[in-house]
Amino acid sequence: MAEMQRMTLRVSRYNPERDAAPHLELFEVLWDDQSSFLDALAYIKDNLAPDLSYRSSCRMAICGSCGVMVNGEPKLACKTFLRNYPEGALIEPMANFPVERDLVVDLSSFLEFIQALKPYIIGNLRKPEDGPNSQTPAQMAKYHKFAMCINCGLCCAACPQFGLNAGFVGPAALTLGHRYNLDNRDFGRKERMPVINSEKGVWNCTFVGYCSEVCPKHADPAAALQQCKAESAADFVASVLECIKKKEARHAG
Amino acid sequence: MNTEPKRSNEPIFWALFGAGGMWSAVFAPVAVLVFGLLLPFNAGPGEAFSYERLLDLARSFLGRLFIFLMIVLPLWCGLHRIHHCLHDLKLHSPVVRWLCLGFAYTLSLVALFQVIFI
Repeated sequence: MAEMQRMTLRVSRYNPERDAAPHLELFEVLWDDQSSFLDALAYIKDNLAPDLSYRSSCRMAICGSCGVMVNGEPKLACKTFLRNYPEGALIEPMANFPVERDLVVDLSSFLEFIQALKPYIIGNLRKPEDGPNSQTPAQMAKYHKFAMCINCGLCCAACPQFGLNAGFVGPAALTLGHRYNLDNRDFGRKERMPVINSEKGVWNCTFVGYCSEVCPKHADPAAALQQCKAESAADFVASVLECIKKKEARHAG
Repeated sequence: MNTEPKRSNEPIFWALFGAGGMWSAVFAPVAVLVFGLLLPFNAGPGEAFSYERLLDLARSFLGRLFIFLMIVLPLWCGLHRIHHCLHDLKLHSPVVRWLCLGFAYTLSLVALFQVIFI
């Protein structure tokens, strides 16, 4: 613990039982080259403000719990280091989500949107006795990047359209849905396309691309959404053709 | 959440926006070079830019098609972009959408009419 330095962090505090609105509080923390923002928050909770609330679990960018805004940028607190902010930093709860308390946001709508996209294998009738469902490297490469998502929500905190359009399911949910649409073991596309095609779906995206910049796992949600748009447009044309066919059949019948 | 929500009609406008962007990038610079610079400076060989020759070209099927697309596609691209920019500036009213897309639609009809009667 030699050579610990001091840094001032501004942390957004909000206690709904006491405060009308979030406010900033200054904390002086000790840090060295290996201190992450999560370490700094733990230092504050242990030594300076025991009532500070934040989410965290794995400390190694796997669980996706510790998303916060550092100087206005969505970051995982465990994967962002104080050494890169020698002038100090501002820590706020993730943007575009309602704040519950301090750095904890309400993710219930985010989780509901992910559920709506059904990010799991659907309609595969293989049984355990059939053995493993092997894939070629090419079949896996199609979706593998998008499968890196850890549901941290940073992409949604970054997405201006997620903030502007109430009901937009957001980049995370669409990327996960698209990941299963691309998986050759899955047969659930018909159940996912209605949400992707809808007014709450992929067409809210204006390809700002910030989601991919902030994604801590480089899952590239912006790429997934642009692929989704092409698929949704093809689905639109297919539905028009189907409609015409049905009309003709009705006239013939 | 409702899992059978209403389908968005955005694919139509997105397709026109995409086609317009592509057209603006690939064909528009050529058109500006030829009709905006080479023609006024009469930089073509011989009678390449003579009035009769260009009128014949404009009245051919491919000529009419080129003029129509040259006017209409960038129009849909630009007005779609303006519509989304205004949305980003928190002008969410459906009136903005009607104005932008209605303007593109009306001008497309005018262009079609003009191109047919060159």
